[in-house]
Amino acid sequence: MTFLPVILWSDVLIWLLVLAAFLLAWLSVHNPLLRAAWQRVGRSRAGMASATVLIVFVAVGLLDSIHYRPRLENWEGHREAQGAAHAGQGEKPAAYAIEVLSLLDRLLTPLRTQIEKTYSEPLATRAYAKEAIELRAADGQIRQTRDYPRLKHGGAHLGADEGERDADVAWRLLRALGVGVLVWLTVATAVAAGLARVAACSQREAWRRIWHNESAFAWNAVLATIGGLLLVLLPVATLAVDYHVFGTDKVGQDVLYQIVKSVRTALVIGLVTTLVMLPLSILLGVLAGYFRGWVDDLIQYLYTTLSSIPGVLLIAAAVLMMQVVIDTHPQWFETAAERADLRLLALCFILGVTSWTGLCRLLRGETLKLRELEYIQAAQAFGVADLRIIVRHILPNLMHIVIIALVMDFSSLVLAEAVLSYVGIGVDPTMISFGTMINNARMELAREPMVWWSLAAAFVFMFTLVLAANLLADAMRDAFDPRLAGSA
Amino acid sequence: MLAYLVRRLLYALPILIGVNLITFALFFIVNTPDDMARMQLGVKRVTPEAIARWKGERGYDKPLFINESAAGIGVVTDTIFFTKSARMFAGDFGRAEDGRDIAREIVTRMGPSLAIALPTFVLGLLVTVSFALLLTFFRASYLDFWGVVLCVALMSISGLFYIIGGQYLVSKIWRLVPISGYGGGLDAWRFLILPLAIGVISGIGSSTRWYRTIFIEEISRDYVRTARAKGLSEVTVLFRHVLRNAMIPILTGVVVVIPLLFMGSLLTESFFGIPGLGSYTIDAINAQDFAVVRAMVFIGSVLYIVGLILTDLSYTFVDPRIRFN
Repeated sequence: MTFLPVILWSDVLIWLLVLAAFLLAWLSVHNPLLRAAWQRVGRSRAGMASATVLIVFVAVGLLDSIHYRPRLENWEGHREAQGAAHAGQGEKPAAYAIEVLSLLDRLLTPLRTQIEKTYSEPLATRAYAKEAIELRAADGQIRQTRDYPRLKHGGAHLGADEGERDADVAWRLLRALGVGVLVWLTVATAVAAGLARVAACSQREAWRRIWHNESAFAWNAVLATIGGLLLVLLPVATLAVDYHVFGTDKVGQDVLYQIVKSVRTALVIGLVTTLVMLPLSILLGVLAGYFRGWVDDLIQYLYTTLSSIPGVLLIAAAVLMMQVVIDTHPQWFETAAERADLRLLALCFILGVTSWTGLCRLLRGETLKLRELEYIQAAQAFGVADLRIIVRHILPNLMHIVIIALVMDFSSLVLAEAVLSYVGIGVDPTMISFGTMINNARMELAREPMVWWSLAAAFVFMFTLVLAANLLADAMRDAFDPRLAGSA
Repeated sequence: MLAYLVRRLLYALPILIGVNLITFALFFIVNTPDDMARMQLGVKRVTPEAIARWKGERGYDKPLFINESAAGIGVVTDTIFFTKSARMFAGDFGRAEDGRDIAREIVTRMGPSLAIALPTFVLGLLVTVSFALLLTFFRASYLDFWGVVLCVALMSISGLFYIIGGQYLVSKIWRLVPISGYGGGLDAWRFLILPLAIGVISGIGSSTRWYRTIFIEEISRDYVRTARAKGLSEVTVLFRHVLRNAMIPILTGVVVVIPLLFMGSLLTESFFGIPGLGSYTIDAINAQDFAVVRAMVFIGSVLYIVGLILTDLSYTFVDPRIRFN
């Protein structure tokens, strides 16, 4: 094999979440109430536009969640030379790189490996600071001058015609825009054709419905968003092949690469945390609300105690302790990626433990209300077992609260990661995330000339992600909350 | 009223004991003092003697709960739990890594924390409530729609960017106030005005949206319709009736925060170099000073519980229907 698959714990959880999402989709298809709620979400233009953006982020995150270690070719050759000397020693163990890569890294190999010396501006062909360069003059003498050195990779294809850069960039932009328009037209035509077939009307009529937002699904918002995404992503992709679109950072790494890698970290923090939080808050909240009495007292005591500790401090204390455990047990981890991954999971776990109390309180209150309703009283009078009542009658009626809480928490968790990483209790410093990017770049604005691109790129992408999540959360809350749904 | 207060305080006691036990478990059982010593001493200088000396200097060399070698009451008191955890109830937080008394440090650093947190809190509350009332007044209009859009956009920006952007614009480009620092006396405003402004602006998004939801919900009640039918102007309805009735949900979220103002804001204080409790905590976290973090966890939860009691008390002032019995 040319690679060794590596399964990180966070990968497992991410794919479990994908499975859970499919499960929820299956449930929604069969449950009329859920289906109606999802249809309401589908009609929301802001919701569908942000969902389209989020799908791109999730796709990047999923690509970044399949890890492997490439086989070391040179080392192998070395072994084979040795092996020839000791012929017939049997199968030799293959050697794999210590570096854990993901499928996304493989796709972005040029971005990952084209490392400059230090800072360079977006789309630059020369470095950001002057350096002493040795020039061989026409008479064969070597002279030293101070100038901005050429970048090793940024615009390297231009060769000596550096002046051609603007024309090259413009040409690439034009080409990308042309392709973008073509792709968009294809997608839009396909959607219109599909809609025409489903609604049994003409193509023209389908186009008109999409344009005037008369379809049952907010296709015009989705198509507009896809168009916008194509107009941004395609030019970036065509330029990224030969330039550093967002510049390079202090150690010369491409900022675009870091941004793309940050997405997975943000998603893991935002999603896996809820995986920790959900079982705790659902189980304890329902138990407290349903059984009342001493169970309720105990659970209330538990969450009041936990929520009375200021969140940041509890997280700080727990992360410090976790770091001690990780540092004192280096033998647990084969690679640095595994160590960083465990710290990420620990952070998710701790965030989950500190944030389940809010949802638990909500669920307890709702269960208290539900258990007094007639149909549950009737079920109890018939002697239905408590567990059965909870699973069949109470849990389905709590679903909307859980779904709303999930999407509402996502954006605050992504924001929290950045702050925690800044404080030094976030993800491992070697792990690329929005927080570590901001943390590394925060002194750069004070430089002369100013280095603004790292911060600006982190800001734009984080803002897009969180804004999309917030808008989707709003749309979903409006659709799932029965109080709001009635009035709409 | 007094009886109620006493009962609430008694009820708070088990919670504080719980907090104390949780922090004790985190700091001494999940990680033994030996691990802490190794962290503090660094990898190179770890020898059994160095660890023993480090523990001895800080009093971490005692047994956790029961000291069988001690005589009399010392069986319970001469232990880590008693000296490090139980003594916190008496306001004794021990010493930080640099040898200073933590309790004293907290008292001196409270001033700067409050000087920044209290004005931010009051001004922020005024601004967000007024903005929310404005949006409610113009509800279902373009102003309301774009106001809500602005709020969602504002709350999607990380707090870090507000601070970095504010420092860059105001201090570096416009050169209006110093980038960071703190001074006592009358000159302090020069250092406080920027963190104050940033604190208020960064809070506008989420709070305004939340208050607006409360006001909108309140405005669909029957008494509002009655007030309008009586011929009251919309402004009177909003300020005299809706605002007053919306006080309970607003207070629930707001009063709890007041005692925590003492703790300061971690981010603001560390970015602006304000010598308050927030920057103290951050420094302690970065230096892995467990004693300080432990003390701050305990104080934080005491303040939170005080906030809960204050919330209950404040209800009586805004809603005469609520009585304590």
